[in-house]
Parts: sequence; C-alpha cells; structure tokens
Amino acid sequence: MTVPLTAKRPRLLRQGVRESSTRPANRPRGAWARRAPLLPALVFLIVVTQLPFLGTLGISFMRWNALDPDNRGFGGLANYRTALTDPTLRSSITTTVILTASVVLVSLLFGLGLALLLDRQFRGRGIVRTMLITPFLVVPVASALLWKHALYNASYGLINGTLTWIWSLFGSSDAPQFDWLSTNPLIAVEASLAWQWTPFMMLILLAGLQSRPLDIVEAARVDGAGTWQVFRYLTFPHLRRYLELASLLGSIYVVQNFDAVFTLTSGGLGTANLPYSVYQTFYQAHDYGLASAQGVIVVACSILIATFALRTVSSLFREETS
Amino acid sequence: MTSTSTTAPAGRPSRRTGPFRHRGSIWGLLAWVCGLLFFLPFGWMLLTSLHSEPAAATNPPNIGAGLTLQGFREFFGESTGVSPWPPLINSLTASIASTVLVLVLAVPAAYALSIKPVRKWTDVMFFFLSTKMLPTVAGLLPVYLIAQHAGMLDNIWLLVILYTSMNLPIAVWMMRSFLAEVPKEILEAASIDGAGLLTILLRIVAPVAAPGIAATALISFIFSWNELLFARVLTGVVAGTAPVFLTGFVTSQGLFLAKVCAAAVCVSLPVLIAGFAAQDKLVQGLSLGAVK
Repeated sequence: MTVPLTAKRPRLLRQGVRESSTRPANRPRGAWARRAPLLPALVFLIVVTQLPFLGTLGISFMRWNALDPDNRGFGGLANYRTALTDPTLRSSITTTVILTASVVLVSLLFGLGLALLLDRQFRGRGIVRTMLITPFLVVPVASALLWKHALYNASYGLINGTLTWIWSLFGSSDAPQFDWLSTNPLIAVEASLAWQWTPFMMLILLAGLQSRPLDIVEAARVDGAGTWQVFRYLTFPHLRRYLELASLLGSIYVVQNFDAVFTLTSGGLGTANLPYSVYQTFYQAHDYGLASAQGVIVVACSILIATFALRTVSSLFREETS
Repeated sequence: MTSTSTTAPAGRPSRRTGPFRHRGSIWGLLAWVCGLLFFLPFGWMLLTSLHSEPAAATNPPNIGAGLTLQGFREFFGESTGVSPWPPLINSLTASIASTVLVLVLAVPAAYALSIKPVRKWTDVMFFFLSTKMLPTVAGLLPVYLIAQHAGMLDNIWLLVILYTSMNLPIAVWMMRSFLAEVPKEILEAASIDGAGLLTILLRIVAPVAAPGIAATALISFIFSWNELLFARVLTGVVAGTAPVFLTGFVTSQGLFLAKVCAAAVCVSLPVLIAGFAAQDKLVQGLSLGAVK
C-alpha cells in the first residue's frame, strides 16, 4: 500500500511545478531568494556528515595502522577481506541483528500493550503516563550503570535481593542467586535497552491510537462487533503504519547503540555489536583501514533499514501534506 | 495510589462511553501496576542515591534504611576533591551552543521548506533525513584525523559542531511540521505590506511557532546531553562531558553504589526536566513530525 503512494506522488508534484512554471520572467531570482534560507543548513550538513564518510570510504581501501605508520599505502580490498573473514566481526554482525531485532520487537509489544492501556480513561492517567516516560529520559549511560550495578549485581543487585527477600518470606535462606551479566550477557543488555525504548514505542502508538476515527469504532460497536473484532479489523489496520514507523525509527537508534554495550559488558561475552567493534578497532587496535572498512559495512547495513524507514515515513508524510 | 480501584471519574468528559466503562477499574489497575513496574528501576536508583554506601549494598535490599545526602556529597567531590562542575559545564556548553546553532540553521531552512517551499522540497527533506540514518560511527575516524591535524581534539567546540549536525535533520523535520501550522493569510498580508524575510521570521513566524521551537530545542538539548561515543573518542581531560565523567565513577575498590546512583540522578536531571517540559511535543519530535 505504501509503495504506489510513494511512487506516484512525486510525479504529481512535479507536474504541478511544471504547470506553474509557465511564467518564467522573474523565475531565477525568485527561486534563489527562496533557496537562500535553506542553503546554510544544507551546506553545513553536507560538510559535516557527507565529507567525513567519503574519507572513511577512502581510508577503507588503505593499509593504515597508527601503530605502524611507515607501512601506509593502498591496500585494495584487503581490509574488507579481513573484516568479512574475521570471526569476531562476523559474530558482531550477528549480535547487531539479534540485539536490534529483539529490543525493537520486545519494546514494540510492551509499547503496544501500554498504549492500549493508556488509551482508556482511568484515574491518575497523567501520572502513569509520566512514570512510563521516565525510562526514556534517563541518560543512556546512567541507565546502563543503573542496570549493571544496582539491578544485575550478583551480590547486592535488586533482582537477586528481591529473590532473597521472597525466599525468606517462606522461611528459606538459600534463594537462587544469579550472576545475570555473565550468565546471560546479551539478554541482560537487551532487557536494559527494552526498558529504555518501550516508552518511545508507546508514545508513537498512543498517538496512533488517538488519531483513530472514533465514529467508525462506534458504528462497529453498534453493529455488534466485540472488543477483539474492533481491535483486529479496525484498530490494528489503522495502527499498522504507526507500528512500522515506530519499529523502523527504533531500529535506526538501536542499531547504532554504543552506550549500553560499552557500559554493561564492554563488548565482552559476545555482546559486541558493530558500532562497538568499529570503536574497538579504531580506538584500541588503531587499525584505521580496517575500522573504516567496518564502518562502511555498518553503513551498508543501515542503508538497508533506512530504505524501508524512509518509505514508511514518506507515506505518512505525503498523506499529511496532500 | 489509593485511587487505583475506583472507576473512571464521572466529572471529566470521557472520550469513550458505553460498554467499556464498568471494566475501566481492572484496566486502570493494570495500567498503574505496569506504570509502577517501569518506574521501579528509576525509583530504586533515586532511593539508593539517598542511602549510605553500606545500606545500598545489602542483600536483601534494605528499603527502610536511613536517608543521607552522602552520595550526593561524594558526587560533588567531598572525599576525592574531583569537582563534577567542569564536565557538567562542558555538557551544558555543548548542548546549549549546539541547540542554538541548530535553531539558527533549522528555522530558515524549515521556512524554505514549508512556507515558501522551494522546488523539489520533498527531495530536500528526505536528503536531510537520510543523513540521520548514516550511523555516526561511520564518520568518526576522518573527523578524528581532521581534528587531530587542526588541533581541535579535546575541544568542546568540536562537539558543538558534531552535535549540531546530529540534531539538524531532526530539527528541520520538526520545525517544518510546526511551521506548516502558521496561517498563510497572515504571511501574505505581511509580504504585501513590504515586510522582509527577517521581519516575517521574527515578528510573525516566531510567535506562532514558539511552542514548536521550544520543543525542538528541548529535544536537541536532550540528544546532545546524552551523547557518549563522540565525547569519549574526541575529548580528554579538558573537554570531557558529563556522560564520560559518569563512566569514570565506578571504582574497582570499595563500595560505590550510592555514589554512582547519586551521580546518575544528577546527570539525568536536566534531561528529565527538559523531557517532562516537552512531554506533549515529545512524540512529534521523536517521530520527526510524522505523528501528531
């Protein structure tokens, strides 16, 4: 449904422009006066984001290790070969996919549930909404430290502490105690990220729910549709694009995550994702060529997600502007 | 919290009436339970930050332990003598300066994309967005090398430039959706009266778009304040920001939990304030203006 919209719309726009350009007299001057306010932002962004990436692309074909400065030169595809055959990097690609997919899916499901709950009237709704947003407003590093030391810690973390407390209620003193971060490192990282991203999903889905045409829902109710039927045939189709939008925007942020991996596990125990691997190759191994090749691979992966994301955003966007 | 079991208030105009009313109490209760569960880790951080170090490191948790401000005093360097102010001021400088720069660049750009749209303005919008999807890590190395050559490493203004580029696309998208709400008639009337671009921006667009500009500023502030990767790689002792400072707070010896929690609370405070202030516009900003 999104494809024809995005494919057709620009052509229509362009036609409109062509029709209006029948009076070319004061065209160029007017056009530049219109463009002028746009240029500073555009130039700034191209210089600061696009040029460095070209640099990365260039360096990725070079033999360049800062610890061995004499041996610098053109290396062809050697860095890509190393990057793609290196088992650590391959596992970090897998980790990135698993981490991103699971965090986005879990927080999307929680976010949907919470949005459905918050879409109703109940006393203290504003307070509950504020409490639910809080995780998103904790500085990511602070949140990672909180999970690592105050919750997961094996000897005094809240999770093990709660287990001890529950067991002691039943008069037992040997409650199970786990070292959460070393037994399930990836799940531990995912849980802390899902906690942070659920509010984000919830906010977008709640906005989606509240933009739903209520008269149709009422009409369906009058016609005898049950709660599940209303959700399945009215709410869910309406929410579909919001679900897509939330998951794609979430993916863009989560795929780039560095803070949680860096703080919780320092990339150990199979939790190193691509951004962390690039950081490590560059910052610790000082292999500039290899780090750049890894960076280019990260970009290639992101473009894949970004293409879908842009398509979704543009379908919502064109609907709004048309 | 005692009100959890009551039904929807009768006084307020209820958006939904009918067969759902009487079930409101169960769902309301569930919403409260979920809200409290999600708030629990943060609440625990708050409580722990007010405990003494020995009380913070007990198993089972010592909820009723006496409250103390010792953790916060430690954060402000009571025993180590390391003041948190330089990193906090660095973070403030980077966040505020980049936010101002973002607004200076984004407001005119959004004007050119919504009020007097240039040709192919949608293409320009999507170019802006696509730069946001380029992972920051991809440009890190060249930025580092250029900064090294220019002597800009460990300089807070380098972070200002990078944070501006990081937030500019989001700000342009947000501002465009806010500026699209400015009534066209007023703008036409003003330009007929001979008002220039600057006058129009300052006297007509700014007042109408003020809440939107404020929300954009707050979101840009939050993202800059939170950033860790650039700050960690490109700064050192002089220009280190608050998140970098926070990572250095964990010590290998002795108890540190209360201290770390106090520090985490202090560093998160500006974001919490900005976020709650922008709560209503948060969705619109985070979804790049696609959702209202």
